[in-house]
Amino acid sequence: MALALNTKRRMVTAALVAPAVAWLFIFLVLPFIAMLVFSVGERAPEGGYQPAFTFAQFANLPARSAAFWNTVILAPVGSFVCLVVAYPVAYYLAVKTSPRYRLLLVSLVVVPFWTSLLVRTYAWMYLLGSRGIPNLLGMIGFEEVRILNTPGAVLLGIVYGYLPLMIMPIYVSLEKLDRRLLEASADLGARPVSTFFSVTLPLSLPGVMTGLALVTILLLGEYLIPQLLGGGKVFFIGNALVDLFLQSRNWPFGSAIAVTLVVVVVFVLLIAMRIAWKIAGTRQVDLV
Amino acid sequence: MSKSYKENAPISAERLMDELIRLKRGSVTRRHFLGVTGLGLASAVLARETGLFSTPAFADDLGKQMSIATWPNYHDPATFEAFTAATGVAVEVNVFGSNEEMLAKLQAGGTGWDLFVPTNYTISTYVKLGLIDALDMAKVPNYSASTETARFTAEGVVDGTTYAVPKNWGTTGIALNSSKIKAPVTSWKDFFEVAQGEADGRAMVHDYQLTTIGNALVSLGFSFNSIKPEELAKAEELLIRVKPHLYAINSDYQPGMRAGDAWMTMCWTNDGAQLNRDVPKIKFVLGKDGGEIWSDFYAIPKSAANKPAGYALLNYLMDPANAVKEHIANGAPTTDSRVLSLLPKEVTSNAIVYPPETELTPLEFGAAVTLTDPARAEVMARFKSA
Repeated sequence: MALALNTKRRMVTAALVAPAVAWLFIFLVLPFIAMLVFSVGERAPEGGYQPAFTFAQFANLPARSAAFWNTVILAPVGSFVCLVVAYPVAYYLAVKTSPRYRLLLVSLVVVPFWTSLLVRTYAWMYLLGSRGIPNLLGMIGFEEVRILNTPGAVLLGIVYGYLPLMIMPIYVSLEKLDRRLLEASADLGARPVSTFFSVTLPLSLPGVMTGLALVTILLLGEYLIPQLLGGGKVFFIGNALVDLFLQSRNWPFGSAIAVTLVVVVVFVLLIAMRIAWKIAGTRQVDLV
Repeated sequence: MSKSYKENAPISAERLMDELIRLKRGSVTRRHFLGVTGLGLASAVLARETGLFSTPAFADDLGKQMSIATWPNYHDPATFEAFTAATGVAVEVNVFGSNEEMLAKLQAGGTGWDLFVPTNYTISTYVKLGLIDALDMAKVPNYSASTETARFTAEGVVDGTTYAVPKNWGTTGIALNSSKIKAPVTSWKDFFEVAQGEADGRAMVHDYQLTTIGNALVSLGFSFNSIKPEELAKAEELLIRVKPHLYAINSDYQPGMRAGDAWMTMCWTNDGAQLNRDVPKIKFVLGKDGGEIWSDFYAIPKSAANKPAGYALLNYLMDPANAVKEHIANGAPTTDSRVLSLLPKEVTSNAIVYPPETELTPLEFGAAVTLTDPARAEVMARFKSA
């Protein structure tokens, strides 16, 4: 009887998990296998893919080293700037606001997600173009300032676009913070600044690590923001990929780059999780 | 898919339900039911093959939706609205920045385009790859081969079969904001020099290997279509040297030019005419040292989901009365003398649209090999990622 119940329970579990497994298999595992197969192939004469077994595509990776380098620099820098901007906001939301307004303020952080990032990035194109902020700067004497299509504009777009993804995990970990620890710290004579650095910040680090990992990983595949705010001049590995599939039609080389990118992302994630575990002293991972 | 199946199927949904109820009541045998509905299915499949059951004459064969792939700022939106009003078919417009991108989408499959606008030098490759249909000219009665200009129509015909009919011709020149740039720009050599000088940070090149590499080659005294490694290497060197001075690498340059963010750009005739019409200080010049002359065509992808609508729109656009409105709106020169005679004087006398023949002499048509040559694609990719 107990055994039958167990079997039944297992079957129910399997039935409940099956759609997710099927989904992941069809839309994640199969495409990845296709990508692996393509990455050892050759470009057909008219573009596309023809079967082969060669590592020439991987050997050619240095041809995109500039794009890899841009990505590897701008992704961590972007997520770090995000962190610097997001932490005070998250702190304010979690610790300083009265619970009455907290829900409202947290929703305000999320509201921009209701509009497509594409539309919001186009709005930035106008703001940063010469009829926007440079025009205002011109009125106070800074003539001919150009912001659009510079790495600075791309960084600004990145911080703007990914800020909510950084605020939320930090907010969650700060909200769980036990206020009595702060009181204890104050009772023991610590000033607010040293309380922050020896109590609040360490306890919120899992949230910080989650935010950093989340934003960095998404940035490694970023395409839209460099394309629109960088004028096609600030090139990320995501842009290199789009070009290889849509312009050069070199699927094997594109696949080799994509495979490499996946390996890099997994590597980044592993390191981030290691650090997070070490700091938190637990293997529990908060993903938002 | 299912939607157009329903519309094409000879058996209506109501009739199907009637038959089903008759079957349930026992008034007909299952065999009868399967026969009727099965026949319906088979006919629906056949009806999707053009020419058997569907002809453009029947508006209800056209479905409700079709899709066209074309270039930015290339059509009068009113044309599609009028077509929709006349036929009930809504037209979805997709715009692209390069022929490579169109080819890549068609090679990958599942575009859903029923009509698209490839440039002259790409058509032989589309035919070779089996991506476009030979046109059934009986479905395009408005097309008139005898009034077309042969040099612009030639590449639509491959081995005696017509695969594409011309939309318009044009050139790739230089648009520049004359209130910002005082230095004379009359050649591609000037273009790349001014881009690093007076127009530092304000010049745009296309996100398109044919014109960006082609014009760089021309500025160095080589052929627009060169695929010689040593010439391409020199063009790459020039482009990479110019890149830090560019405003952007983008084929959609009208917004930047209109806003005053960009002062100079590689520019197609039709965009040059539009920009000059709306912002007179933006001038359009052809390179004395060369550049591109081209014609764009209409073709129907083999994978088109709604070919009857594709043909209907093509035929609609080939009607001189409709084409003339398109030409007035988009500013590109026509290949069809019937349309030319209908165009107002101020259009035909516009030197941007119809330049003197002597200015066209140094220009070259794009060559098919540039589309598929891996070296040109890789030079462009390295330039962009540098």
